[in-house]
Amino acid sequence: MSIEIKNVTKTFGKVRALEDVSLIFESEKIYGLLGRNGAGKSTLLNIISNRLVKFDGEVLIDGEDAVENDKMQSKVFLMSEVDNYPSSMKVKDIFKWTKEFYPDFDIQKANGLAEKFSLETKKSIGALSTGYRTIAKFIVAIMSNAPYTFLDEPILGLDANHRDLVYKTILEQYGENPRTIVISTHIIEEVASLLEDVVILNEGRVIKTDSVENLISSGYGVSGKAQDVDEFTKDKNVIGSDSVGALKTAYVLGKDNITSVPESIEIIPINLQKLFIELTGEGK
Amino acid sequence: MQFDFNSQTPIYLQIARQLEDAVFTGIYPEETQIPSTTELSVSLQINPATVLKGMNILVDEGVIYKKRGLGMFVTEGAVEIIKNKRQTGFFENYIAPLIAEANKLGLSEKEVIALIERGEKNEH
Repeated sequence: MSIEIKNVTKTFGKVRALEDVSLIFESEKIYGLLGRNGAGKSTLLNIISNRLVKFDGEVLIDGEDAVENDKMQSKVFLMSEVDNYPSSMKVKDIFKWTKEFYPDFDIQKANGLAEKFSLETKKSIGALSTGYRTIAKFIVAIMSNAPYTFLDEPILGLDANHRDLVYKTILEQYGENPRTIVISTHIIEEVASLLEDVVILNEGRVIKTDSVENLISSGYGVSGKAQDVDEFTKDKNVIGSDSVGALKTAYVLGKDNITSVPESIEIIPINLQKLFIELTGEGK
Repeated sequence: MQFDFNSQTPIYLQIARQLEDAVFTGIYPEETQIPSTTELSVSLQINPATVLKGMNILVDEGVIYKKRGLGMFVTEGAVEIIKNKRQTGFFENYIAPLIAEANKLGLSEKEVIALIERGEKNEH
């Protein structure tokens, strides 16, 4: 059971939004889909969820072609960044409406969650603030219980307390009903620990797909006196660096076997966000 | 439990160590249940697969075991197992770095022993 994306290319006029993208979303895993603005994340999500039907390549949901396939599409839920509901529609009506298409949608639990977030379900979606619109869409998505749930920017406009509650809810609901959850976000540092695997898109291409653990251990930082850092990293795969005066930190990809380190420099770990920034930086 | 997401130590190893510590200090007594993967995952905000990986290290070491359909329990004799393991690692984890630092500071063996004796008597 998986969603398989095979050699997908999508162009809008002369712009190539996706270029020969191939990847697999396995069942019951929590993924991070990371990419800068315009990297092609939303295009990819729209193709998987049948909102964009014209593209080159193939998308298979549990082995079946995903295009115009209602049976397979009922296994996919996309919480998208844009609002797809009429602005006059009340939140409670969105709950009811969702139940029509996603029979596993749990209205009772959705109401319980709404209460936890202090979301007034009697209000129309258009009358809500950006943050509460995000919350309403998030509740609908997570309570759809769809085997493949995609959350595009699920924390847009949320304060720290509500972001925290979103993360807890994702893990809680995953625990109750394990499913594939793909989180697409810019706030990498906060979600990193929630993720098992990561897909990094850059300029329409997949540049990394691996477990968070492997990714983090695939790189390291070298910090210290600039010339010593340069000397130490001269034969290594440096992907970027920061400098403050004479102090320099270089980021290196690769599992180099470091046996001895000069006293003037220090080897430091690299986190997911730093790795992402260096891998998707200008001119990469 | 606290986690250092910027540490060199992978998160699953940190989980294993912290759970081990909780068993060793009696927070989870022998033959009692420890929190489930989901409970730990939600309260620590860590991916359940990562939590499970950490737990499995303790299963392999015989510190906890799975009761079918019930969850994870602390093994009888777990404290002794942890104690033995830590005694074995004591030299590598504490004595070796102590000697290395003492050498850097130019402290003689005698001076180090004197400091240990002072510590034993609680004179800082």
